[in-house]
Amino acid sequence: MGITGKSLIAMTMALTFVLNLSACSDKAWNNPHSSEEAGKNILYSSFTERPKHLDPVISYSSDEARFIDQIYDPPLQYHYLKRPFELEPNTLVALPTIVYRNAAGEEVDADASDLAFSDYYFELKPGIYYQPHPAFALNEQGDAFYQFKSPTDVSPYTTLADFKETGTRELRAEDYVYQIRRLADPTLLSPIRGLLSDYIVGMNEFSEQAKKARAELSDNEWLDLRTIEFSGVEVIDQYKYRVRLNGKYPQFTYWLAYHFFAALPIEADRFYQMPGMDDRNLTLDWYPIGTGPYMMTENDPNKVIVLERNPNYRDDFYPTEGEAGDLEAGLLDDAGKKLPFIDKYVYRLEKESIPFWTKFLQGYYDRSGITSDSFDQAISVGPSGIGLSDEMRERGISLDVDVLPGTYYFGFNMLDPIVGDTGSKEERLKKRKLRQAIAIVYDQEEYISIFMNGRGETGMSPLPPGIFGYQEGEKGINSNVFKWVDGKPVRRSIEDAKKLLVEAGYPEGRDAKTGEPLVLNLDTVGAGASATQNWLIKQFKKLDIQLNFRATDYNRFKDKMNAGNAQMFQWGWMADYPDAENFLFLLYGPNGLVSSNGAGVNSSNYNNPRYNKLFEEMKLMENTPERMAIIREMLALVHDDVPWASSFHPHSYVLNNEWVSNSKPHGISKAVIKYLKIDPERRTELQAQWNSPIVWPLIFVALLLLVFALPGYMAYHRRLQQRILPINTKDGEH
Amino acid sequence: MLAYIIRRLGYAIPILIGVNLLTFALFFVVNTPDQMAQVQLGDKHVTAEAIQEWKAQRGYDKPLLLNSEEVGLSAMTNTIFYEKSLRLFALDFGKSDAGRSIAADIEQRMWPSLAVALPTFVVGISVNIAFALFIVMFRASIFDTSAMILCVVLMSISGVFYVIAGQFFFAKEWNLVPISGYLSGADAWRFLILPVIIGVISGIGGGTRLYRTLFLEEASKDYVRTARAKGVPELTVLFRHILPNGLIPILTSVVVVIPSLFMGSLLVESFFGIPGLGSYTLDAIQAQDFAIVRSMVFLGSVLYIIGLLLTDISYTLVDPRVRLS
Repeated sequence: MGITGKSLIAMTMALTFVLNLSACSDKAWNNPHSSEEAGKNILYSSFTERPKHLDPVISYSSDEARFIDQIYDPPLQYHYLKRPFELEPNTLVALPTIVYRNAAGEEVDADASDLAFSDYYFELKPGIYYQPHPAFALNEQGDAFYQFKSPTDVSPYTTLADFKETGTRELRAEDYVYQIRRLADPTLLSPIRGLLSDYIVGMNEFSEQAKKARAELSDNEWLDLRTIEFSGVEVIDQYKYRVRLNGKYPQFTYWLAYHFFAALPIEADRFYQMPGMDDRNLTLDWYPIGTGPYMMTENDPNKVIVLERNPNYRDDFYPTEGEAGDLEAGLLDDAGKKLPFIDKYVYRLEKESIPFWTKFLQGYYDRSGITSDSFDQAISVGPSGIGLSDEMRERGISLDVDVLPGTYYFGFNMLDPIVGDTGSKEERLKKRKLRQAIAIVYDQEEYISIFMNGRGETGMSPLPPGIFGYQEGEKGINSNVFKWVDGKPVRRSIEDAKKLLVEAGYPEGRDAKTGEPLVLNLDTVGAGASATQNWLIKQFKKLDIQLNFRATDYNRFKDKMNAGNAQMFQWGWMADYPDAENFLFLLYGPNGLVSSNGAGVNSSNYNNPRYNKLFEEMKLMENTPERMAIIREMLALVHDDVPWASSFHPHSYVLNNEWVSNSKPHGISKAVIKYLKIDPERRTELQAQWNSPIVWPLIFVALLLLVFALPGYMAYHRRLQQRILPINTKDGEH
Repeated sequence: MLAYIIRRLGYAIPILIGVNLLTFALFFVVNTPDQMAQVQLGDKHVTAEAIQEWKAQRGYDKPLLLNSEEVGLSAMTNTIFYEKSLRLFALDFGKSDAGRSIAADIEQRMWPSLAVALPTFVVGISVNIAFALFIVMFRASIFDTSAMILCVVLMSISGVFYVIAGQFFFAKEWNLVPISGYLSGADAWRFLILPVIIGVISGIGGGTRLYRTLFLEEASKDYVRTARAKGVPELTVLFRHILPNGLIPILTSVVVVIPSLFMGSLLVESFFGIPGLGSYTLDAIQAQDFAIVRSMVFLGSVLYIIGLLLTDISYTLVDPRVRLS
């Protein structure tokens, strides 16, 4: 029993230690952040996939923009609070001046018939400085401090933080021009080079010259892009530059708020091109450099990305005006205060939604989206609509809801012989009626309700709310599919759809000539959830049409779409900029996937000459009543031709913990974190309150082990004492 | 022994070529270089010229296995397979299709993998051996039967269940550890303790049963009976006689996995957000990054071969009767 006594003493000591630990510690045990960061002005967020590209000429994903848009400064930015979206100068003293010219270079009016070029003139604010960066570090002679001759020189450096010498310099006009040169460099594979080369004068010629020049270089040799002639861009002086476009391209202004047109110093291009940098993953694609409010101080895309306040950030202030309701919502409480408010952003890699959600509820993440897993816990749907659940309200969480500037649709391939716009005039009319019938029975509202928890709204056209051309109310509905009843749109009856089906030559879902049942194919990626499939089958069953799923992997699906072999499909589009052109080009004929060899965005291959003509006219216009009239006519054509059976615009839901303020969703811009604010003290207080460790299970487990160990020990002890043969007491022998 | 090792390493070359060929064939059956380019370049505004340029920059613009435009040896060497495979034998992994240095990524990510795998391995083996010896001590008793039932139950439960249950109770309900994530340095243990505990518990069932069988076989041998007959205490019999002799078969299953430890665990790393090589491979498969997949499969094969070789060598160390020739 002596050993048992020792065990009990040891166990008691261990339990005492655990209890003391829990009693003494003021820090939650489950805090996933570094203890050194406790109580600091740091906002914690996450990313689900590591960013592929952080180079501003390559990156074209919102997952990447959320990082680099805080670092790179394009000439323009969106107003944080005003709606509809409004552009304003970012690093410029004013919006760019546009001068229209004829082929001879003479100034002409905006609507002149001989307009050949648009000159955009930019003037920078003086006194804007780059973040501290080793590319700017200089030696005593004034040359670059870091000049590596061979890859071995780089071996002591693993991350950018290993370069101890840093420097800065003022932003210059040539940095913006250099970035446009990089955009045109074909080896950098900028996704918008093809698009912009149609507009920026001399871009194609520059690309060809750059390609030739690179072919003559050896590995790791740097090409100074300034040495190649580019007639469309010009540095006027230290603060001014000019970009010349072919003809007129009003949407160019929106691109100027994109990181594609942000400033990039030539020193950085040289720095990252030194031999051996690439082998250490020290590239511009992973270590951005800019003049924005934040700088990337840690980039471990496998674990964490850290943005810290740029100490050289210019004077930038919170907006003093917004839209109606912003004042009441407290969004103007910090009007006129210097930005940014938060010192540091820590983004941790979180691939699984449940751990992320748990950490948000524990207070370790400040903001969260809502997945289908967490929807029921976060949101309650009542008679007054969708709102926060009681649990969220009790925690002081607030909800931001916004309609995203995007459109998801169920489309027809207009080149398909069954549902497409093919054959004689009579056949085309019949196929149109078939599409109209399907559009009526495809109950998008039910889909949103069942599969999206109501987080979306049925699209009446490709244009989502907030975009010029979108129209609310009776005038805005698709009258081929909806009727206006009691102040709201009501889907036409199945009888109407069946009538159209008869006119299409498929009474009761069978071919009127052959009697064969009508079987349509939906091309999908993966098998999809069976509930969704059953729902889709049910929609077509309303017309006695049989729906067949042709599921493939994404690569095969893309091949089918590019070759025009799909029949029906589901697709989506998120806007680059808030203009009708960026949605209506989804149905512009020359953008057809098949006709453009996979480069276009018109997945339906819809090609209506009248629509195409109107589109070409509309895209060059300002937002005027004339433009509105043209858009209406275009939408009427789309409603009649039905290239899409249905569409919806998704809603974004963002939850903010109690200590987060100034949050207002912005569907287009990602450069908004400089406006956010947190109260770190309140966060620390609530984290401690919500995460008090519960130690009784540890005690219970220890006792359980003891309960099992004791009989074992006793049995062992008994066995050691056990005699092989019983003692024969009578004979006195064993 | 040296001759044996050299011979075994020689055998490894055709195996590695075969593994490479198989990986290459399987990958390119489902992905063409055009599709890989499309995945990397995204969906918006991707032109045929951009796809061509992407392929040319990464050497995917050549024929896969045989270049019909070349003659002689060049027909074999001027292909994607040759150019991508040959340098692997020099452990030159090159760049991922997204443009990052694979060697630098492996160097960075092997440490978190090791930080989880090594304690799980060492603690797991120790616990399993201790449990197995404990059960052997009470062989053919109700305790033995109950322990075996418990082991079968533990084996029957999916690894994902342990992870989810562990996260739910330890991190969410009881607030004892972070639910997921990873910090290096002094904070690392807080993130490792739960995955290690779960890794150990999920392996107890299978490990204990295997080792129990091995130890029982030893326990029935004459020398053990003799030791007991001499009056040697049971604990001494177990640890001084049965355990060392039972280690020989255990080595076959243990040493072989040691080099592979740093390849990480797909399941644990993914669920716990540990930035190791297991999740690296999984991400690469999802992103269709052939360069990483190829490198990781190659590395896995090399390590497995090294593991087998080490197993053979370790036999000679623990059993003097075994000689390598």
